[in-house]
Amino acid sequence: MIGRISRTTAALIVFVLSVFPVYWMVLTAFKPTKDIQSATPTFFPIPITFDHFGTAIAAKGFFSFWRNSLLVAGGAVLLALLVALLASFAIARLQWKGRRAFVLMVFIAQMTPWEALLIPIYVIARDTGMLDTLWILTLVYFMMTLPFTIVTLRGFLAAIPVDLEEAAQVDGCTRGQAFRKVVFPLLAPGLLATSLFGFITAWNEFAFANVLIIKDQDDRTLPVWLSSFNNTFGTDWGATMAASTLFMLPVLLIFIVLQGRVTTGIVGGAVKG
Amino acid sequence: MTLLAERPVRKTAPAPPKRRKFSVLPYLLIAPTLLTTAYLLFYPLVRNVVISLQEFGLPQLVRGDAKFVGLANYAKVLSDPEFWAVVKRTLWFTAINVVLIMVLSTLVALLLVRLGKGLRLLVMGGLVLTWATPIIAATTVFQWLFQSRLGVVNWALVALGFEEYRDYTWFADGEATFGILVTLIVWQSIPFAALSLYAAMITVPQELYESARIDGAGAWRVFTTITFPMLRAMFGLITCLEVIWVVKAFVQIWVISQGGPGQATTTLPVYAFQVAQSLQRYDLGAAVSMLMVVLLVLALLAYFRQLYRQEQET
Repeated sequence: MIGRISRTTAALIVFVLSVFPVYWMVLTAFKPTKDIQSATPTFFPIPITFDHFGTAIAAKGFFSFWRNSLLVAGGAVLLALLVALLASFAIARLQWKGRRAFVLMVFIAQMTPWEALLIPIYVIARDTGMLDTLWILTLVYFMMTLPFTIVTLRGFLAAIPVDLEEAAQVDGCTRGQAFRKVVFPLLAPGLLATSLFGFITAWNEFAFANVLIIKDQDDRTLPVWLSSFNNTFGTDWGATMAASTLFMLPVLLIFIVLQGRVTTGIVGGAVKG
Repeated sequence: MTLLAERPVRKTAPAPPKRRKFSVLPYLLIAPTLLTTAYLLFYPLVRNVVISLQEFGLPQLVRGDAKFVGLANYAKVLSDPEFWAVVKRTLWFTAINVVLIMVLSTLVALLLVRLGKGLRLLVMGGLVLTWATPIIAATTVFQWLFQSRLGVVNWALVALGFEEYRDYTWFADGEATFGILVTLIVWQSIPFAALSLYAAMITVPQELYESARIDGAGAWRVFTTITFPMLRAMFGLITCLEVIWVVKAFVQIWVISQGGPGQATTTLPVYAFQVAQSLQRYDLGAAVSMLMVVLLVLALLAYFRQLYRQEQET
């Protein structure tokens, strides 16, 4: 009995500690300014206001930052998906010399400490005239998500029995048709899950966006804009929290969509680092 | 995590090919991956090594006529006491974070195993929410939580009777900022570690626990004699990953404190960036980041060894 009560208490403490910062963010975003600035904070959203969201959306460049983030993350994910689909097919379905070495390379590439490559990529971007363009960010995010995409797609692909493909080929399909008509539809959920996690990585990335987009402030992405909220909103914490909430929204939606499929296996490499 | 995606491959790995004929198809399929990896990953890495061996400041960046200076940059970095202070701080920072992450995650995982379905889903939901929080959103919220005049943390501390925290400015004090960064990183890292450990723990056969309990073993004994030995490889794997992630943690530190106040929160990646960006000594920054890569490779080798062991055991 005592054990059960203490377990329940511990569970509630863990829950509150993990949820509180996010709760506080959303709560602040909906609180009237006078409640935010009162000496005694309120813990429930009564009354609520949408003013802060209005302020955040009306901030200069809000929509272009939003568009930039979508373009960069979406472009990177599509590229990664295309390139990874080819490679993962080669690993999961074909036997060839050098396959093990290639897989090892992908695993190593997945562990790349990107933080150590800020300087050379800045220099390269400058030399090639790609500094201050969204292209370079797209390319970097593509490379960041590629190894993970290959590894997961290969896992999904390997889970689809080869027999299906072979049966289709026996029935007169070419290898390409068999892949397109039989494997691809089965792979679609895997493709979706993989690309959404890649999207999150790119959506959240800050370090490179901060270094590679300097002069042209309109080309910034949301994370960089958010980190400079002090310049944008001053001490308007309501608007800052509203902007953070809006920024987090797509990520949260993706997590909810993938809820059933969220296994530690899929998520690990994508969300951290 | 790669190892879990790896596993199903074993079962359905294609049988030896029927035709022994050499085919170019697989090489065509991996060509795009190889080319882009060469240009976007390998080339920057080589370029970093080259820059670290050159004299490369702002003039060379603009004119592009950098001269090779051998190992002079490394000699300069390694003889700088500031660098060693940064290394020491990085190791401390990593040790504190990883120990906290592993201990707390293990406790959370053990708790999850013992909870009823409803509470377990609640706690897991909370953990996933934390996990889903983007780093930038989290750093912004933590700045707000610890804000001096209106922050809820100071309010709570004062309400609990710690009068000295009224209007306390956390970010003006080195140790306090260090503490907040540790809290932030631990908070963000627990979901992954705890959920992975939980997933591993439920694979341990229930009979083992029952027989141990019949023998009168307490919770601690059950953990040290059954759970931990059974999952040793998993613990090793997660520890390695956390070490790697904490050593290279950059965004949280840069956004919250830029390594300050003073140098109180300057770890290796932050230091490399400061040297390159603020002092415009790209050569020294590149040298520092190469030294960091060496440190990470050591952790990575340990990780791959664990991965290999894990594969052997399953």
